[in-house]
Amino acid sequence: MSPQSRVWLAGGLFAAVMAAALYFPALRHQVRSAAQLTEKTAEQARRELLPVTPAASSEPKVKVKMFWGSGNDDGLLKAVTVELPLSDDPVLRAKEVLNTLLAGPVDSEARTLPPDAALLAFYILPDGTAIADFSEALGTSIPSGIQSEQLAIDSIARTLEANVPQVQRIKILIHGQEVETLAGHVDLTQTFRVNTKLPGAPTPPAPSAVSVITAPIQKAVQKVENAVKR
Amino acid sequence: MTYRTTLLAALLGGGLVLAVMAASQTKPQSASTPAKQTTAQSTTATAAPATSTPQSATAPPSQAQFVPRGGLSTVVLDPAHGGVDLGARGTEGIRESEVLLVFAAEVRKALEAQGFQVVMTREGNDNPSFDDRSARANAQHGAVFVTLHIASTGVAGTARVYVVPDIPSSNDANGLIPWDRAQGPFVGLSHKLGDLVQAELAKRFRGSPDIALVAPVRQLRTTAAPAIAVEISSVTVPVRADLDRMVPGVAEAIAHGIAAFKPSYVLPVPSITPGAAQP
Repeated sequence: MSPQSRVWLAGGLFAAVMAAALYFPALRHQVRSAAQLTEKTAEQARRELLPVTPAASSEPKVKVKMFWGSGNDDGLLKAVTVELPLSDDPVLRAKEVLNTLLAGPVDSEARTLPPDAALLAFYILPDGTAIADFSEALGTSIPSGIQSEQLAIDSIARTLEANVPQVQRIKILIHGQEVETLAGHVDLTQTFRVNTKLPGAPTPPAPSAVSVITAPIQKAVQKVENAVKR
Repeated sequence: MTYRTTLLAALLGGGLVLAVMAASQTKPQSASTPAKQTTAQSTTATAAPATSTPQSATAPPSQAQFVPRGGLSTVVLDPAHGGVDLGARGTEGIRESEVLLVFAAEVRKALEAQGFQVVMTREGNDNPSFDDRSARANAQHGAVFVTLHIASTGVAGTARVYVVPDIPSSNDANGLIPWDRAQGPFVGLSHKLGDLVQAELAKRFRGSPDIALVAPVRQLRTTAAPAIAVEISSVTVPVRADLDRMVPGVAEAIAHGIAAFKPSYVLPVPSITPGAAQP
């Protein structure tokens, strides 16, 4: 190799090293970004994979009664009528109204559920018990307290009662699991009565009444009784 | 020779840069590991109380079988949260778990002034489990249970009392109350106690409800005594002094409400279900 070639080779290598050194910060930034992506929880990934239940555009729009907060920070619900294309299928219908509930009202002060919470799954058992599986944000992002947690449960139950008559009661799961409380206060090990017209059910509260629809249903209690006896 | 040295230096420099890049690629991966571990730990921590809850265990022999000779004599006072559980947090650095200790100390004084013995579920920055707190009440005879909370929401300067909805009571053949439904036989008394305390709160804090509200508060379900939750609004007050001003009124209201409840403290005698299954 001639001396001139060696100079060119050394120069080329030096240039490559300098280019690599200059590229290094950008590469490091990209690696960090990729690492942050991998740190996303399985729940986030699942949320991204799960398409929001599309409203059946072919379905005619119907008036839907949604129960959000009054907006006065008084722990009361207020019925708001909106028009949505709703499916006749009770599961799809329930998903549509719950996703609308999660999306929130125009007035964000009247929101009852955290904006980053998502409905992951919804089923209705033959006996009318609905299983609603929400993302962890339902518990972690809701304002802590008995009043706020109770308002969230009431808004879900009242909205389902008004729009999905097939649902008699609801069991709420967080990320597929039964949890002890929503955010440290309201008991989620029980089911919540949705159909307040069931025999023996208390008188349903007026839309703006203080929420009271929390009694566990007889059947759920019997299940607990059987479990305890076993 | 000079060119060889230059070539060697360039190669060494290149290798060094590549080594640093390789190290930087592994760094974020290792950083993500603790995050996953934290998630796993928190999941375990969340699941732990549920699995440790004595689902099949029973409460101590039903207090409903006993009519305490001295009547209502003890109040079990439960400042909620504590330890790593700070509870609700306000914009002014207000932490529910800390402020509640101030409220609890004043409530204790007011109750002792009424002649009650007070048992605290926590006096420092610890965080007993739901069951541990209930166990403090279930071990007493002639007691009521009050759990104190400060909300994140609600009209500032108001206070609410909560009682659980009806829980069908089902004592077994031995008269034992299932732990999970320990509150069952006491719901009626809890409503009465709740209404009395709420009425006292309404006198002192305008805008508060007139009667107790109903909510399935987890802490109350496993408590075998008349039990209420008192929730004060809220940690979002502009300054901490707004909450501090409520302390004497809340203390007086709870003490007067429980004193008014004292004559009603006649515990129900449970009926033993014939042929009830053995646990």
